[in-house]
Amino acid sequence: MSTTTAGIILIATLVAALVAVYRPFGNYMYRVVSGDRHSRVERVVYRLIGVDAKAEQSWGTYARSVLAFSLLSLLFLYGFLRLQDKLWLSLGFDPVTDHIAWNTAVSFVTNTNWQAYSGESTMGHLVQMAGLAVQNFVSASVGIAVAVALIRGFARSRSERLGNFWVDLVRITLRILLPLAVLGAIVLMIGGVVQNLSGGTDVGTVAGGAQTITGGPVASQEVIKELGTNGGGFYNVNSAHPFENPTTWTNWIEMFLILLIPFSLPRVFGRMVGQNRQGYAIVAVMAILAIASVSLTNVFELTGGGTVPQAIGAAMEGKELRFGVSDSSTFAAVTTLTSTGAVNSFHDSFTPLGGMMPLVNMMLGEVAPGGVGAGLYGLLILAVITVFVAGLMVGRTPEYLGKKIGAREIKFASLYFLITPMLALIGTAAAFATGNNGTALNVGPHGLSEVLYAFTSASNNNGSAFAGITVNTPWWDTALGLCMLLGRFLPIIFVLGLAGSLARQKPVPASDGTLPTHRPLFVGMLVGVTVVLVALTFLPALALGPLAEGL
Amino acid sequence: MRLPTWLAQHLAALRAVLVFTALLGLAYPLVLVGVGQLPGLADRTEGSLVRDAGGTLVGSRLIGQLFTDADGNPIPRYFQSRPSAAGDGYDPTSTSASNLGPESVEDTLPVPGALDADGNPDEGTQSLLTQVCTRSRDAGALDGVDGRRPFCTPEGVGAVLRVFHRDGLTGPVTRAVSVNQACPATPFVADFGGVPVECAKPGEDYSGGLVTPVRGDAPDEPAVPADAVTASGSGLDPNISPSYAKIQVARVARERGASPADVKRLVEEHTSGRGLGFLGEPRVNVLELNLALDRALPASG
Repeated sequence: MSTTTAGIILIATLVAALVAVYRPFGNYMYRVVSGDRHSRVERVVYRLIGVDAKAEQSWGTYARSVLAFSLLSLLFLYGFLRLQDKLWLSLGFDPVTDHIAWNTAVSFVTNTNWQAYSGESTMGHLVQMAGLAVQNFVSASVGIAVAVALIRGFARSRSERLGNFWVDLVRITLRILLPLAVLGAIVLMIGGVVQNLSGGTDVGTVAGGAQTITGGPVASQEVIKELGTNGGGFYNVNSAHPFENPTTWTNWIEMFLILLIPFSLPRVFGRMVGQNRQGYAIVAVMAILAIASVSLTNVFELTGGGTVPQAIGAAMEGKELRFGVSDSSTFAAVTTLTSTGAVNSFHDSFTPLGGMMPLVNMMLGEVAPGGVGAGLYGLLILAVITVFVAGLMVGRTPEYLGKKIGAREIKFASLYFLITPMLALIGTAAAFATGNNGTALNVGPHGLSEVLYAFTSASNNNGSAFAGITVNTPWWDTALGLCMLLGRFLPIIFVLGLAGSLARQKPVPASDGTLPTHRPLFVGMLVGVTVVLVALTFLPALALGPLAEGL
Repeated sequence: MRLPTWLAQHLAALRAVLVFTALLGLAYPLVLVGVGQLPGLADRTEGSLVRDAGGTLVGSRLIGQLFTDADGNPIPRYFQSRPSAAGDGYDPTSTSASNLGPESVEDTLPVPGALDADGNPDEGTQSLLTQVCTRSRDAGALDGVDGRRPFCTPEGVGAVLRVFHRDGLTGPVTRAVSVNQACPATPFVADFGGVPVECAKPGEDYSGGLVTPVRGDAPDEPAVPADAVTASGSGLDPNISPSYAKIQVARVARERGASPADVKRLVEEHTSGRGLGFLGEPRVNVLELNLALDRALPASG
């Protein structure tokens, strides 16, 4: 079998598996977020936290709860990183320096998992499992909770209430993420992912050299890194490391875990608004964009443009042999289409156009299917913009799911959309204006790509990197930290504001003039609006970077 | 006493962080460490460690290692691993890829007598292209196959010119420099566009010329496979391709005084196909193969 055929079968099996779980797993998540029964464990947790599980919140209170929880998480994690040498299992590592600790704390709290440090030489086991991995869970739950609050905004009418953040957070964590993580971790352990507390085993190699076989609670962190679309690796080289991703089938499992929740959430949307076909329309948009992107990445990588890939004969630099070019390309697309940012190969060494695809995926705003929760609310914002554009064409007040999209709604949606491109482009410009692009490993267009990639990744909360850039300087850590923070929480505030405004409305009955939002026409328009918005925003920057290099 | 709402929110947030840290940060991973100790899993969760014939720990089945002597030269009786960018090679405490881009074609030549930032003699930096060319030449020489590649000079550096035109980007060629060949080397082509090609003077700025890689007449499919000339993503890749193993068979057999057929048989025993027929790529585990060689065909003397 050729590499191409094998690569196509891999993609087909992933699609088939996601189609198979869409309904059952989506229905399960729907019951988790909409049921009103609390388990005993959950009641204990509510008492420990000190919240009233029955009290629903307005959008403002919901937003303040999200922000309070994230702020406390940030402070806690920062302190943890700064004090790691005083705690157990630090493996003798120093406290993390102030700017790297700030960057890392922001990065994990915002579900970005950008890594300005090298795991195996910076982080002790305790800070990995009780600091970083905890945020892998809860930052994912926050994303899903915000998406659910937005859906409640569409589903409810004449209501000030969007649910209770603490209840959503606890339920999503305990009923969705934790059971899947336990199951997934055991599967990964069978594949060879390590799970121990060893500080490393020194061995003499066959040739008479020395090697330290590292240890750590890797499986427990690896699984939630993928499932929560986080992406922060236990080790520097992330999912390329044989202890994080030992074999060809663990690679499949990891891609499936990344895609599982983001691709199933539209089912929750469909169920909650009472029309499953609305969920199908949203998932269709995600699937069209994702399949196109995965295919293009594979084509560009397998045809091997660029001088060095041609000299090599295949774009194998920075790729693991067990995955090969095709499975590495698919992983690269999957990790950047979601907001994961885990890597099993190094995008910096991709062919010029192959390396552009991860960048374009992130620029799409990570909506196909995007990060857990964040992808869905991002795409729903684009859907709002699409009905608005359609409404302008025919001169009608636009509406979506029976809710009028008026001036207030469009303001929230536009602000949401403008935040990340602004952060990414201004950040890139600032790096060049201040000379901080000098830390890029490569020069010329590729150097621009490295800087643009870093800011796009941080602003979109992806966290993958064109890794040939030194980012552990105070300037980079601060700038990217700000991008991650603003790129996460400003959009969340706008989404919740939009949700509050939608929930307050009374529904408008559908009429002959209403644009049906479940038909192929709307799916096509939404795909078009997404692509056109991205192209208009980012084409000039792309033309100076990867396009200049590749054409 | 009732707390103001904003303070109550933050108190709830703090308590939530602590509850989740205990549950997800301690209970969850530690339970899994316990599960990992079950028979059948323990071996894997401890790192898939392997021992040699004498019972000494020699590494992990999943982590590649170097088969070179103290000077970094390949030990010819062993199959060689892929190049590695992890520390000094296959260092699990310093995992890394090279992160060099697809158009990394121009070396920074060392300036004789100059010092780098740390006060050591300037060693320059090699482009990815030159690294690939050098590895190809060395692997070819070691195993007696043709080490030529497209865009490489016969001496194993990137075949790249800086071409200067009269009007900047256009017009007749006024000057051509082979940028990866320090003087007094003889450039890989004598002339380009009607002007003689110069060797490069280290430290001189050639940025006014157009970067022009020259394909040369190397075969489209080089004899040295792609994995033999590229560093992996992790720097710990435990595998090589069956085709890279194949070109090493004759040398390993000769060094061990064994028949190539016996070595080939061992290679085949340690070759895995794609997972379930379609996942990943066919590959050979180098450490396991070399251990099997030491057991079955120990080197004479």
